[in-house]
Amino acid sequence: MSKSNLTRRGLLKTSVVAGAGVALPTIFTASSAAAFTNEPTGGSVTLGFNVPQTGPYADEGADELRAYELAVEHLNGGGDGGMMNTFSSNALQGNGILGKKVEFVTGDTQTKSDAARASAKSMIEKDGAIMITGGSSSGVAVAVQGLCQEAGVIFMAGLTHSNDTTGKDKKANGFRHFFNAYMSGAALAPVLEKLYGSDRKAYHLTADYTWGWTQEESIVASTEALGWETVNTVKTPLAATDFSSYIAPVLNSGADVLVLNHYGGNMVNSLTNAVQFGLREKQVNGKNFEIVVPLYSRLMAKGAGENVKGIHGSTNWHWSLQDDASKAFVKSFGEKYGFPPSQAAHTVYCQTLLYADACERAGTFNPCGVAEALEGFEFDGLGNGKTLYRADDHQCFKDVLVVRGKENPTSEFDLLEVVEVTPAAQVTYEPDHPMFAGGNLGSCNAGA
Amino acid sequence: MDAIILQILNGLDKGSAYALIALGLTLIFGTLGVVNFAHGALFMIGAFCAVTLSKILTLSFETVDETRTDFLGNPLKVKTPYVEAWFGPETGGMLIDWAVPLAILFSIPIMIGIGFIMERGLIKHFYKRPHADQILVTFGLAIVLQEVIKYFYGANPIPTPAPDALTGSFDFGVLLGFDPNAVIYPYWRLVYFVFAAIVIGAVFAFLQFTTFGMVVRAGMADRETVGLLGINIDRRFTIMFGIAAAVAGLAGVMYAPINSPNYHMGMDFLVLSFVVVVVGGMGSLPGAVLAGFLLGVLESFASMNEIKSIIPGIDQIIIYLVAIIILLTRPRGLMGRKGVMED
Repeated sequence: MSKSNLTRRGLLKTSVVAGAGVALPTIFTASSAAAFTNEPTGGSVTLGFNVPQTGPYADEGADELRAYELAVEHLNGGGDGGMMNTFSSNALQGNGILGKKVEFVTGDTQTKSDAARASAKSMIEKDGAIMITGGSSSGVAVAVQGLCQEAGVIFMAGLTHSNDTTGKDKKANGFRHFFNAYMSGAALAPVLEKLYGSDRKAYHLTADYTWGWTQEESIVASTEALGWETVNTVKTPLAATDFSSYIAPVLNSGADVLVLNHYGGNMVNSLTNAVQFGLREKQVNGKNFEIVVPLYSRLMAKGAGENVKGIHGSTNWHWSLQDDASKAFVKSFGEKYGFPPSQAAHTVYCQTLLYADACERAGTFNPCGVAEALEGFEFDGLGNGKTLYRADDHQCFKDVLVVRGKENPTSEFDLLEVVEVTPAAQVTYEPDHPMFAGGNLGSCNAGA
Repeated sequence: MDAIILQILNGLDKGSAYALIALGLTLIFGTLGVVNFAHGALFMIGAFCAVTLSKILTLSFETVDETRTDFLGNPLKVKTPYVEAWFGPETGGMLIDWAVPLAILFSIPIMIGIGFIMERGLIKHFYKRPHADQILVTFGLAIVLQEVIKYFYGANPIPTPAPDALTGSFDFGVLLGFDPNAVIYPYWRLVYFVFAAIVIGAVFAFLQFTTFGMVVRAGMADRETVGLLGINIDRRFTIMFGIAAAVAGLAGVMYAPINSPNYHMGMDFLVLSFVVVVVGGMGSLPGAVLAGFLLGVLESFASMNEIKSIIPGIDQIIIYLVAIIILLTRPRGLMGRKGVMED
């Protein structure tokens, strides 16, 4: 009888070596097959739409989602093609992206940075999303942009207006089509000077977070350059609902202009309170008291009702624009959903088309290739006139609209009227401008 | 001086809302012993009663106006409210304009009904459970109610203006001998204050001068003895829950023109109202009202720039600071009964 040499230790050793041997080829094939995170291998490619589906900006999120679905339909050759027909780049053929059918998954940001990161992470890791886009808050945009940089996917920001998104928090994998607070200031200042003169005293109420701070800084700088004096800047908590105790001190402050650096529900409430306190009928320093809302949105204007009439602000895009691209977009969105798109819908539709187009031009889904195709890309036909995606900070430079709450609206959508289209040159700044300093774009990350 | 008067007015106004919600909370806690975290949701539903009535009154039919076009270039569909077609543009227009005050009548039966359903359907099953269970279930209920409202009305605030005659503001300063425009206060906020005072007065009168109220007060003091006397105290407490819901609802209806209602407005008030109840004294109705106004005024003063320049951020914490001081020095609250919350 022969004695077996098999011992427990020996068996373990052998199995480890055998296991490693079996696993070895797959380790190498796994890393060599995927050159970048979530490289699409089948006949489809998945995009991740990360929008607020619950929380205070849910209506904006819903409008973004509608625009994304429309963009996917157009990319896959459905519908009337919308702005694909007016886009100056002809790379998109209506056969998906690089011949792959476009599919999408959605996540809910809840307008909270941690929830937004979690949903973006899940879409990247579980659903294999190759690109993340969306959002309706700068806090969320900055958080998700950072995550996408680490994960090695492209982030096409949605509605985010803080200077920081393409300033101190800019990332090589992140791109912003929407305008920013500096641009609002630069566009508004000349109009404000023309309307209200250069001898004014301004009082700022500011939402106490990244976007509010950068907007206040931008508007203070641009109005002080006109000769305006800033009487006071007061931060209000994001959770505030009744602004009466912040409005009351304005009455006796000697200020004759109130600047509301608020957005969403904050803007609706602070503006409503200001109007209730009779600020609009008030005379101070021999002048009519004026209110300015630097970042305007039609969805917010709807919430504030009658109170927006005659109040000036800036916006990224408005459905009443008469260029061919805007008309094409309003037509395909309006026919599908029965109402005109918001600026949030417009910016995310553009972002989806711009991403798809960059993939086509680069001939790859590799984030580094896509980023290179977007950097310095000049285009037209997406509703904002000639636009540049600047390579230095991944910020789009285009015309900015100064708008006013319409006195006699003809429909429930007709709330704002365009007062002036400020040319891109007037809102362009140097990449090292102090308001945008401190960040580093870094280099693109393809992950995998 | 004028700034101080303005902040007092502001504080009384805020305090009215706190007092109304805290009054309802105290009624429920005092009668049923339940800590009702869904009370803020009742306030919110009240505001949405105003929104709903204004939507009902503006229900419209469409006619096509061939002479005008919509945003897509198609003939414009013009909406005409049914009430304007039935009663003529003038009466119909007035009904629409006065939707918020009319909603007071509309909301009372709805809120009492919701109160009954909440109490009989859910909360009564938690009377004998620990307070932590009651808080969890009512908090959960509040979230459900919020989401239901959001499902039907969306997440954005819905403007619900006051009647035209009551919009605009009142120059309070001229009455007091100040310069014109020095102390301006919105009419509707004054209306809110007066309305709150009337509702609070009515609740106290009801409890003080009716037999029903007397039995309820007796039940609050000693439930068991009242029960032993053969009085169905539970049924009366259920009715009190309905009344407390109606008070919260009315506070919400009248608040709609001050800030456009949205689905989470109740939560914003709830936490503060609990602090008000604790400061006033758990179970003390006059305490809740007094603390409501007191904390409202304190919060307004703390928002003054002069005070914030000395202690930055004081406006955010003043209410909690007062609550801590009260709990440390007088745990039963300003007007709480001796022995409550004191060992």
